[in-house]
Amino acid sequence: MAHGNSPAAAHHSGERQHPTPATYAKIATTLVLITMLEVGIFYVQALHSVVIPIFFILSVIKFALVVMFYMHLRFDARLLAWVFVGGLVLALAVVTALIGLFHKGLLLRP
Amino acid sequence: MSQVAHAPEHPTVTGIDNRKLLMWVFLASDCLFFGSLIATYLIYFGRSVVGPYPHDILDIPVTSVSTFVLLLSSFMFVLSLAAHTRGDYKAFRVWVFCTAVLGSTFLGFQVFEFQHFVHEGLTPRTNLFGTTFFTLTGFHGAHVTIGVVWLLTLFFLSLRGKLGADKNLAVDLAGLYWHFVDIVWIVIFTVIYLTGVALGPGVGK
Repeated sequence: MAHGNSPAAAHHSGERQHPTPATYAKIATTLVLITMLEVGIFYVQALHSVVIPIFFILSVIKFALVVMFYMHLRFDARLLAWVFVGGLVLALAVVTALIGLFHKGLLLRP
Repeated sequence: MSQVAHAPEHPTVTGIDNRKLLMWVFLASDCLFFGSLIATYLIYFGRSVVGPYPHDILDIPVTSVSTFVLLLSSFMFVLSLAAHTRGDYKAFRVWVFCTAVLGSTFLGFQVFEFQHFVHEGLTPRTNLFGTTFFTLTGFHGAHVTIGVVWLLTLFFLSLRGKLGADKNLAVDLAGLYWHFVDIVWIVIFTVIYLTGVALGPGVGK
């Protein structure tokens, strides 16, 4: 247990215990496997017409695993999740708006 | 379950340590920073009038290796945080040093890549691809550099016995920053490298 931690205070902020090193190892293995899958898909010419949604889904999974388990957002206070997700949603909105304004063809690419 | 989340040093309204809340606010703002840079890259994607274009120059095998290095560094850091939390400072120093070495290795890959690109005729002034690519990956590299310095600072503080159990939050905050650098690279690798090259010869022209 981390020094200076008070279970009562941790409960007050909505925090829970963090994962074990074994869980971290499973997450690392999953991340490596997904990345290998991405690189493998990259070399399959037949899939190049659908790589954007495939890569998008795979990178969202990797992103979420790191944020939830390595950054402990799944176990920390809910407020921290709202702060980060708020920034993330705003960033996605900015990206979408900028591309929509200046490069509509990219969004409408068949 | 091996660790308990941090309680604030002083009572706060939220029950969350202000330093931790500040770090998350910073990371949320950094999402906007990198989001803008990625959007700029995408806006100018396929609008370069002269080469080299992404498919001419981006090396997926080399970048894949550097991506694995960065992913592994994140794993090393969670092990170092777990070691520090359970009071095993020797293991903490080993893992945090390994993390810094892997971070430096990633930077080495980036320097190699940049030098190769310049040798091949791609500089920030060559075309729109060069400008947006170097700006985006350069800022990410700057973040990694700051992270490596931060990790080494933790390592040396621990060596001098100045990173005891009461400094567990300091290790946690460094970890949040380091993992953020990792997730930004996850997006960059997918958007700039894999998708950019996979979309074929036509995209850069």
